[in-house]
Amino acid sequence: MSTMAFLKRSPWILHYDASSCNGCDIEVLACLTPLYDVERFGIINTGNPKHADILMITGGINELNRAVVRNLYEQMPEPKVVVAIGICAATGGIFRECYNIAGGVDKIIPVDVYVPGCAARPEMIIDGVVTALSILEEKRAKMTGAAQIKDDARQAAGETT
Amino acid sequence: MPERIIVPFGPQHPVLPEPIHLDLVLEDETVVEAVPSIGYIHRGLERLIEKREYTEYVYVAERICGICSFMHALCYSQGIEEIMKIEVPDRAHYLRTIWSECSRLHSHLLWLGLFADSMGFENLFMRSWQLRESVLDVLEDTTGGRVIQGTCKVGGVRRDIGAEKLAEMHRALDPFEAQCRDLGDVFLNDETVKYRLQGLGVISKDEAYALGAAGPTARGSGVAMDHRETGYAAYGDLGFKPVVETAGDCYARCAVRVKEVYASIDLIRRAISEMPEGSLDVKVKGAPDGEYFSRVEQPRGEVVHYLRGNGTKHLARARIRTPTLANIPPLVKMLPGAQLADVPVVVLSIDPCISCTER
Repeated sequence: MSTMAFLKRSPWILHYDASSCNGCDIEVLACLTPLYDVERFGIINTGNPKHADILMITGGINELNRAVVRNLYEQMPEPKVVVAIGICAATGGIFRECYNIAGGVDKIIPVDVYVPGCAARPEMIIDGVVTALSILEEKRAKMTGAAQIKDDARQAAGETT
Repeated sequence: MPERIIVPFGPQHPVLPEPIHLDLVLEDETVVEAVPSIGYIHRGLERLIEKREYTEYVYVAERICGICSFMHALCYSQGIEEIMKIEVPDRAHYLRTIWSECSRLHSHLLWLGLFADSMGFENLFMRSWQLRESVLDVLEDTTGGRVIQGTCKVGGVRRDIGAEKLAEMHRALDPFEAQCRDLGDVFLNDETVKYRLQGLGVISKDEAYALGAAGPTARGSGVAMDHRETGYAAYGDLGFKPVVETAGDCYARCAVRVKEVYASIDLIRRAISEMPEGSLDVKVKGAPDGEYFSRVEQPRGEVVHYLRGNGTKHLARARIRTPTLANIPPLVKMLPGAQLADVPVVVLSIDPCISCTER
């Protein structure tokens, strides 16, 4: 019980392949299948950015997907966490000297967790998601905290007038 | 006449893990035209030859695609070996064949899973991927990597598989084949699967040939083209006959891949029993001077690496044509007439690998 206590909610994941070689993407999918089976934690891969809590991106940023990645990120509701899977998503990796690669995902959107590896192993990816979960909880607490303070202030103002 | 509407499909969509964009022109629910646009994962790998020495480029070649990574490394290495007239030892040829067929097995099982998922057959998806993990275990055990192996190099291979491990692999093949046949039985004989796939996305033999289809897409339409027949690596010794179906629909393309899984198991079995002793590699000296079209049969079809050296450590030109690029014109031909709900199934039936296509 205590080992699973960090799982208060079922986080839904949105996966996008920026310019990866596919290696990390199939490892992300492997996490969902019987050997690793993250669905037992309530983690589901969704295709809809508006349903997602965690954005998992593989591969670096290039000219064409720049707008797509930003669009997906902006469509996701707050609070949200971005996990960069694999070395290419972190820095561009082996492709960083290619003419069409601008660099890692953090060039255009804020990244919360970096998962290393080429290709990233499923164990590492799951570890990255678990790290992302605690960040998600922190962000949620901050948001509800801010909402509470605003609420208190409104009430206080209401009483004086 | 019904009004025409255009539905955008992708680049981010739940069918494939990779981005591809199609503009689907619909009349009611029926597709009348499909306009693909690609480029979302173009990296510019061909020009990396200017920055990497020809021996180092094997690592880049492996990362053209993470699914058929070993075959890209093999195709590139064979090209350089041909230009530099390097004789690769027999044992290296056999090991390359075993790893190639393991890659094909894991790629086809991966595809069968995704294909089942596109039909909404979730249970079959999970079972295919469960079986695939046992192939990945073998790859990890023998090479150290699950999806990127790094064992192929110019002049041979980097690692050996010991006699004990080979015997263990040989013993594991029979139960593995039985499981694959159970799985294949569902794909080939299940009434619901047949209902969903037969007569869908038909492309005739002549059209497939004229549009330059490759791999299972061509073989599903009756074009008996499989580059393994030319006998690179150890395929010449082992003997090989391509798997061909004639219907040209999604069911035929699926059947080709299911039967190729059985064929791959058979090839691995024979390669293990006929494995010769000897060294793993030869020393590579000098630099490539000349040009060569290197071709290898990948799970998705024939890949071509055109390599030209000018006597320096850096190649002058590399050009890579991958099977999915060849299969996009047939896909555009298959889609008209399909219902919108069948589009994911038809798109997946060519086994698109976008990171290969866009390099």
